[in-house]
Amino acid sequence: MKGEIIPIIIGMGIVTYIPRWLPLFFLSRRRLPPWLIDWLGFIPAAILSALILPSLVTTGEPRHFLWVKPDLWVAIPTLIFALKTKSLAGTVVIGMVLYWLVTHLY
Amino acid sequence: MVSDDFDVKQSWGKAVREGLSAAWPICLGYIAIGLAFGVIARKTGLSPLEIGMMSLIVYAGSSQFIAAAMLGADAGFLPIVLTTFSVNLRHLLMSSSLSLHLKNLSGGRLSLFAYGITDESFALNMSRFHGGHWGWRPALVVNHATNLTWIVSTIVGGIGGEFIPAGFFGIDYALTAMFICLLVFQLRGNHHILVALVSGVMAVVLSLIIPGNSYILIAAFLAATTGLLLRKTKRHSHEKGEKG
Repeated sequence: MKGEIIPIIIGMGIVTYIPRWLPLFFLSRRRLPPWLIDWLGFIPAAILSALILPSLVTTGEPRHFLWVKPDLWVAIPTLIFALKTKSLAGTVVIGMVLYWLVTHLY
Repeated sequence: MVSDDFDVKQSWGKAVREGLSAAWPICLGYIAIGLAFGVIARKTGLSPLEIGMMSLIVYAGSSQFIAAAMLGADAGFLPIVLTTFSVNLRHLLMSSSLSLHLKNLSGGRLSLFAYGITDESFALNMSRFHGGHWGWRPALVVNHATNLTWIVSTIVGGIGGEFIPAGFFGIDYALTAMFICLLVFQLRGNHHILVALVSGVMAVVLSLIIPGNSYILIAAFLAATTGLLLRKTKRHSHEKGEKG
């Protein structure tokens, strides 16, 4: 088992690098059709939302709903702050402070 | 879009300053998660050197956690590598999306950039590219500054992470807060808001049904396609209306 760790790490590295490299390498130097550019323009909003929302309202393994997570309740004022100020630094600090307060007073 | 003119004018010194001043929220988050990973990986029997090697060669938070758990359960080469592959397939979408902003770069530079694509660096660099005044150099600095933070944090966690108090000053929430603000930056008009809603709701539902994290890729793919179809039908009906 112990001797196998290096090949495992290298194997993991290869299969992680390929999805990162392949589209960048081949799409960057091509002229893309307008529909594909439109579609790719939606990807950041879609990815971010798909990353955030489940982490706020689900927990455990296997995953299940949990409405009372502090993550969700801190996210609401954090979102309002982000919408009002459009400040990345401010939002990160406010989110951290609120989360710290909620998890310590809870 | 990055113009050549802008890129040529931008020196590396300026790029390092800009990249570092943009990257700090990611670094904070990576310190928290990296330390936690180091502690867990050490418990499953990896040495600090092996932890550092994994962070350097693999550089993918969630799959490293999964690999540590699988190594602890004595899983072999193939299950671990295949799981890693499926967990990181979502980078296909991110890399495709980034390719719009990384034109006219050499193959070597593209390959170097690809190494540093994570959920976090992708989200941050995309919002900067959209805001203009961002080139591949500061974006590359973001990628590698966060990469270095990750590697060092996981090694430190592996050496003595149990002595660091958990949840120090809300640091666990740094990345979530950053993602929330970067999502706000992405909401340019009703179509984007709708895509985000569709993607988020689908991701929650799928995450409850499917184990693993393939729900991110599936939800984002379907939501972006919904947005595209919506834009197409809107444009189509608009054209028809003008003719009628």
